[in-house]
Amino acid sequence: MAPLIQTVGLRKDYRVGDVIVPALRGVDLEVAGGGFVSVVGASGSGKSTLMNILGLLDQPTGGRYLLSGEDVSALDRDRRATLRNRTIGFVFQSFNLLARTSALENVELPLLYDGTHATAADRHRRARALLEAVGLGSRVDHTPAQLSGGQQQRVAIARALVTGPRLLLADEPTGNLDSRTSIEIMEILQRLNRDDGLTVVLITHEHDIAEYGERNVVFRDGRVVDDQPVSRRRDASAELQALPAPEEAA
Amino acid sequence: MIAEALSILRIAFRALARNKVRSALTALGVIIGVASVIAMIALGSGARAAIDEQIQSTGTNVVFVSAGSHNRPGAAHGGMGSVQTLTLEDATAIREQVPTVAYLTPVVRGRAQVIAGSQNWNTSIEGADESYLTIRNWPLADGENLSPRDVLLADKVCLLGDTVARTLFPGEDPVGQVLRVKNLPFRVIGVLSPKGQGQWGQDQDDVVVAPYTTIQRKLLGITFIHQIMISATRSDAVERTAVDVTHLLRQRHRTSGPEDDDFSVRTVEEMAETRSQLAQTMSGLLMSVASVSLLVGGIGIMNIMLVSVTERTREIGLRMAVGARTRDILSQFLTEAVSLSVLGGVAGIVLGVAVSAALTRVLGWPTMITAGAILVAFVFAAAVGIFFGYYPARKAADLDPIDALRYE
Repeated sequence: MAPLIQTVGLRKDYRVGDVIVPALRGVDLEVAGGGFVSVVGASGSGKSTLMNILGLLDQPTGGRYLLSGEDVSALDRDRRATLRNRTIGFVFQSFNLLARTSALENVELPLLYDGTHATAADRHRRARALLEAVGLGSRVDHTPAQLSGGQQQRVAIARALVTGPRLLLADEPTGNLDSRTSIEIMEILQRLNRDDGLTVVLITHEHDIAEYGERNVVFRDGRVVDDQPVSRRRDASAELQALPAPEEAA
Repeated sequence: MIAEALSILRIAFRALARNKVRSALTALGVIIGVASVIAMIALGSGARAAIDEQIQSTGTNVVFVSAGSHNRPGAAHGGMGSVQTLTLEDATAIREQVPTVAYLTPVVRGRAQVIAGSQNWNTSIEGADESYLTIRNWPLADGENLSPRDVLLADKVCLLGDTVARTLFPGEDPVGQVLRVKNLPFRVIGVLSPKGQGQWGQDQDDVVVAPYTTIQRKLLGITFIHQIMISATRSDAVERTAVDVTHLLRQRHRTSGPEDDDFSVRTVEEMAETRSQLAQTMSGLLMSVASVSLLVGGIGIMNIMLVSVTERTREIGLRMAVGARTRDILSQFLTEAVSLSVLGGVAGIVLGVAVSAALTRVLGWPTMITAGAILVAFVFAAAVGIFFGYYPARKAADLDPIDALRYE
């Protein structure tokens, strides 16, 4: 069976004035369906560029990108949008929730664009189920301003999952969170990966966060410089149990 | 499809509701523009309706020949009886020589005190023949018309306008009664149906109609006539009739042209013209207000939408990331712009109707709100939204998702 993600000699050049700056210089990467891969690298290493291309937000300058065995390197804007909607969920460092909009409606957002014209009741039902799965069943009507950072990120995870994608791309998902909340978020990602077989690609510059993945891919100067399984993988669920009871009021 | 449209609408309204004051101010241009459009059309159709009604009430296909000339100030309007240039022979000549004349009556006029029993009333007296009612399209409410015999014998009989009938004979049947005009007894043989206000707001029903022969000889003591009232055979023969009559009278009066004519020939359409010109001027003024404010309103919408697109760049990026296609973003912002302009349009329609009502109430100008006017205004408002909303919406839809997501 073809890997979920396969890149062959992936290149990306940016043009800054007259100078061409290479961001990716030939990346070969495979991620099997159901995998949990952490991409680690300093800022400027090209890992964000890789994430944009893997997420079909951007197109490579050269090389090929196969998603579920299909070459998606040269799809047009709208085809990429449709594919993003159905197969990829995004979790961003800054949450990117719509302000003054309830958690429920934030989670429903991708369903507006999935082309199935689900009824409002159906959308509510699906969004509510996901919010319950991330532990926010009692806060569906809260707006982002009424939620803590960790809760906002959980809303974002629910949103990423609402269309039932196979791939979750998490770009520094814990970058704005304290360490306990970070572990909570990683617990959700590990659980989704383990229980639902969701493929997770985690982009981070923190090595300790990367160790929640089963495999670390290290980026430097637009190239993969290291790619190996994590020897002592961290287990967020076990770490949470070892921690004292949460101070955060439910 | 409908569910999708509804959800797009809901998103748009929500976005507008977030900045209520801003949205309201933005819509103001459209509100004023649409209100002007409504008032303009209302004034136009009101004036047209008033003119039609006036033409209708003056008579059908009517041509007036009056003694005196337009071009001699004071002559035509200098008072009845001051100009003695029209004669019964002129009337006869027109009747015999202009083929498009259907009906014709000589007219003499005066004002007089009319007395019946203890009632006393000052009214205008119209002397004419039996075709007067036909020409003026004026049915009898009761009794009968003047007869050719009454005219020939200068009988002292008369028809009463509605106002006169009600004033002189309150609660009685006037037909068969006798009233006195300058001490001459007249027998009432008919009552006219009410006609309402005339062109300049005068009461057309405040009149007594009698044979012109009687009025000429027994009341005024004159031999000339004041006016010849003609009804042309068809509506498209009115102009022809006016021209033929003018030529004929120039021959008979030996005048060479408009400068020294001692009579004037006018059609009812021409008389209505003055009034319609006033309405047109006002309409034109409103039209320019309407187009300027629709333009300014449209630019306002474009400006605010551009601001909104910039403010919501990250939101646009996120929507794109989760699967919004170009046309989803385009329709979202276009819907927002159109909602803004259509809401402004609806408010403008309400305001326009109010302004029209005020014009009628305060200035007495006839206005008429038609479904067509409301439709036109609505379409204008929507068109402004589409036209001026397209560019910002296109700008939003063409954003690069990555740049948009990272926008600070």
